[in-house]
Amino acid sequence: MPPTENRPRAKPHLPLFILPFCLAGCSGSQSALSPAGEEASSIYLLLIVTTCGAAVIWCLVTALLVYAGRSRRHVYSAGAGQKLILWGGAILPTSILCLLLGYALWLMPATRPWLTNNETSGFRIEATGEQYWWRFAYRDAENGISFDTANELRLPVGERIRFALRASDVIHSFWIPSLGGKMDMIPGRTNFFSLEATRPGIYRAPCAEFCGTSHALMAFTVVVMEKEPFREWMERQTNLLRPRETEGARLFARHGCAACHTIRGTQARGRIGPDLTDIGARQTIAAGTLANTAENIARFIRAPHAVKPGVKMPAFPMIPQAELTALAAYLKGLQ
Amino acid sequence: MSIFPREIESLWTLFTAPVVWAFHFLACYVGMALYCARRPAGLDHDMLRLGLGAVTAIALAAIVVSAWLAWRQWGFGTDDPPHDDATRKDRRLFQGFATLLLSGLSFIAVIFTALPLLFIEGCFP
Repeated sequence: MPPTENRPRAKPHLPLFILPFCLAGCSGSQSALSPAGEEASSIYLLLIVTTCGAAVIWCLVTALLVYAGRSRRHVYSAGAGQKLILWGGAILPTSILCLLLGYALWLMPATRPWLTNNETSGFRIEATGEQYWWRFAYRDAENGISFDTANELRLPVGERIRFALRASDVIHSFWIPSLGGKMDMIPGRTNFFSLEATRPGIYRAPCAEFCGTSHALMAFTVVVMEKEPFREWMERQTNLLRPRETEGARLFARHGCAACHTIRGTQARGRIGPDLTDIGARQTIAAGTLANTAENIARFIRAPHAVKPGVKMPAFPMIPQAELTALAAYLKGLQ
Repeated sequence: MSIFPREIESLWTLFTAPVVWAFHFLACYVGMALYCARRPAGLDHDMLRLGLGAVTAIALAAIVVSAWLAWRQWGFGTDDPPHDDATRKDRRLFQGFATLLLSGLSFIAVIFTALPLLFIEGCFP
């Protein structure tokens, strides 16, 4: 006797309970459905128009199907049938596709603003994708601004910011869903891009092109600030001085951290790994992987591969626990 | 002498329209790629757009001619498809009808290929 017959049947509507949880994707810090930038708004509008259009067409086709399947059917002439196929199957879909293509192309200057940002001078941010973190360089030759940071991008609200996108190893993709569309970062090539944020807030930006083992653990935070606090932050970054003779700074130098990492205002000027100048003030550590606490910083230094497989930073199992705690506290204190 | 071939049953018309579509596609994409890579001094982007617009008009006209020939081969729609009898007449009508549909597809494809010319104002920097 097969046991399947006595087994209680699975309820067929069970998956429906999951659907409301999907709505969580409609808002939050990483959603193209909750735009906080000019380009994201254009993309959202395009999505709404195409979705509504598709819904109307779906309703029409379904209604036609129901009409065709009704019990009391008439017989149509071959000519009428051919006319229906010609209009409903060829002319109407072609016209709709033509309109949609025209509309999407017409929106393109707004969704892909290349041509507004091809000047080489003025303020811009150079973003470089690395396995598995982000290097950001704020550059403005005219106003003497030049500093690097990593894994957290700060932008002013209501100002168009130009980006130069590069990759140092493999292809990555730069995408801040709340602010705009995505663009690939390709080794040996510089792609230009611009964004204008319209709402202050904190947004998450994942790498959008598979780049290796820890691709899913490669993200950055975007902090959109009001113009004045942004200017103040920029000024603070350009004129930064840190006390050099602290215990943490000595440990940082003694364990060789400075060979790869920079802390502006100190002797640490390594360029291989992420800049750690204001690591204590960032939302996350390890490029969007862990919450920013001293314990997590210590955990990452001790065994980076356990947190982020494939990461280039070596493990430091030899650092005594007390020194590791002091080092993590020092890094967390870099605000 | 007529500019249209007297011989209405010809395989040439069957692939005229797709070949025009292919050449138009190459003209648009290769032309724009070469222009954007070289940026020649004597030619600006709007001139290239106008030139490719003219190529588009010529391609569409060629496809319309091919469609007219196909329509003629199909007997101007006097007979209904599917034209599946093993007769010389049905073979001619089937080929004409297939050519006509292919011309329609190529006409739309040429328009879709050329549509970005209306909107894209310059090369990627």
